[in-house]
Amino acid sequence: MGYVAVKGGTKAIEASIERLKYERLKGEEVLEIKTILATMRSLVDQVMSEASLYAPFLAALAIKQAGGSMEEAVFLMRAHRSTLPRHYYSLPVDTESMFVERRVSASFKDIPGGQLLGATNDYTHRLLDFELIEENTDANHQWLRDYEAKLAANMAQEQEIQYFPKVVDYLRAEGLFDYYPEDNDPPKDVTKESIQFPTTRSERLQVLTRGQTGAVTALGYASLRGYGQVHPTIGEVRVGNVPIHVQHPYENNNDEENAFYIGEIKITEVESFVPVHVKKDNKEELEFEIGYGISYGQNETKAIAMSILDQCLENPHGEFPTHDEEFVLLHIDSVEATGFISHLKLPHYVTFQSKLDSIRQVKKGAETGEN
Amino acid sequence: MKTKTHFAFFDEGSKKEIRRATLKAVAIPGYQVPFASREMPIARGWGTGGLQLTLSLIGKNDVLKVIDQGADESVNAVSIKKLVQHTTGVPLTESTTDATIIQSRHRIPELPLKSDQILVLQVPNPEPLRKVDAREYMTKRMHAEDDYSGAWLILFEQIMRYGKMTTGAAHPVYVNGRYVMAPSPIPRFDNPKMHQSEALILLGAGREKKIYAVPPYTNVESLGFEDYPFTVESFEGEQCHLCGATEVFLDELIDPDSCERTYQCNDTSHCIERLNSKEAEEVEKSYA
Repeated sequence: MGYVAVKGGTKAIEASIERLKYERLKGEEVLEIKTILATMRSLVDQVMSEASLYAPFLAALAIKQAGGSMEEAVFLMRAHRSTLPRHYYSLPVDTESMFVERRVSASFKDIPGGQLLGATNDYTHRLLDFELIEENTDANHQWLRDYEAKLAANMAQEQEIQYFPKVVDYLRAEGLFDYYPEDNDPPKDVTKESIQFPTTRSERLQVLTRGQTGAVTALGYASLRGYGQVHPTIGEVRVGNVPIHVQHPYENNNDEENAFYIGEIKITEVESFVPVHVKKDNKEELEFEIGYGISYGQNETKAIAMSILDQCLENPHGEFPTHDEEFVLLHIDSVEATGFISHLKLPHYVTFQSKLDSIRQVKKGAETGEN
Repeated sequence: MKTKTHFAFFDEGSKKEIRRATLKAVAIPGYQVPFASREMPIARGWGTGGLQLTLSLIGKNDVLKVIDQGADESVNAVSIKKLVQHTTGVPLTESTTDATIIQSRHRIPELPLKSDQILVLQVPNPEPLRKVDAREYMTKRMHAEDDYSGAWLILFEQIMRYGKMTTGAAHPVYVNGRYVMAPSPIPRFDNPKMHQSEALILLGAGREKKIYAVPPYTNVESLGFEDYPFTVESFEGEQCHLCGATEVFLDELIDPDSCERTYQCNDTSHCIERLNSKEAEEVEKSYA
């Protein structure tokens, strides 16, 4: 009987980590960070969004270190994020100032400013492109030069930078949307103070935007399909860069003119129109409300699903879990969900022994007719 | 773009925030204090609550012991120890007596702890009423209203159904006669060790973002009925096949060759210390 449970843990861990390194290196290929940045745009965006840390370079590094595992890359970024001091909050961003790359509305055929498809997979046929197996950098280079020339020719005609008005403003003008005063209260930072229920909308939006893409999509889909009361029409999806400003930390000068520009980030923003019943002067009326979705990078499905869940949680409904803020907000975080599921791999023999004892006692009781 | 980590991983602001929550927890024994649980370099559910407590408390003069299910050498205990030592440089120990901070998953060491020691327990589910109601909003209210009928009812139903309370680990306890608390899932065997403990006991749930505490010399009473009292796991007639200990929590082992069942101390360092002192005695005797 030489068996001693869980001994030699130190050596086992060292060997396992070594083996992990071997698995990463054994193909003898080195993936450059710049290659990930240049070619894995969507992956980088998704990692930044779920990690809630806007840092493309670090996201690419995380992807490389994680060997392409989404949950692992997000985990690395989150752990890094929690070591960073946070000195400033940025000023509210007005997304009308977005440098729009793509903007579509499902609500109107023609929207002020027009539809702008931009770069999207939506209309590609999902056929594997075997040409990519033998991609030729020279041919790529040539293609790029041709494309840029074409672009330059177009640019010559249109000089002005165009800003796109919000679709919702058009409906507001018609009286179909209420005007609400801007709520520029500083948001409650969910990473500095854990959320307590009932939550504020700022807390809900933060948790939703850092949610796991798959989880947010699944719950949004569940609501849309039947386990919920929200069926939206997309007023607008826009993707593009927005400028970020911070105020001077000491000078108490709240003038926006004096704010500092610290860079820009790419975001996806969704405004969904959701018809709701409202009572006005004892009359039932149908009005629209907005479900709001926002995400770092280009993550359109997630942002749309988020806009559905935002509306769901604005209108609690006992029958559907998608309208229950605890159900939605406490289960969509990638690091929390994957962490707790994976902890089941840890030894549980003490807790199991304890349960085993209970069951044996019950059986013994039954045998001796103790009950 | 290479960066060095701060002493004990956290920036000082984060440590202060955790210590403030800890102080509140000590001031209200058994009450779950919410805190802004940070993301750690180890996974949520793998001891991040305990780890955050340890890192917020640890100083250069501390000596750390980490155990997982009773074992110092369990892989996750080793991994946690490695991280703390890597970021603090504090000495590690396997001896329960030598440690100033003991982080543990699901066990309280067999040796009684002293007043200059802190026990940090890792907690997966801090809410003893979660089975009564899934919603945090509701369970929080029950605690506030001192409404523990649900907790009693669960035990009562077990007795009705099976003739006995069938809780495994995490049998709920009353702390200081006020809050009902989930004792982290330690086995029932360890529940009495919390009562009037000389050492401060801190419990941290990282994923659920809660810290709670049993301050030294606090009454901790396991829920039970007069006619169906609380009982601990029974190892009657069994003893550790290595050191011969009885009155300790034992692991049940199946010999892979003979398929025989044997028992062995779950607290590995306790077992080794007993073996060593036995050996020392024997050596002394034979030498004499």
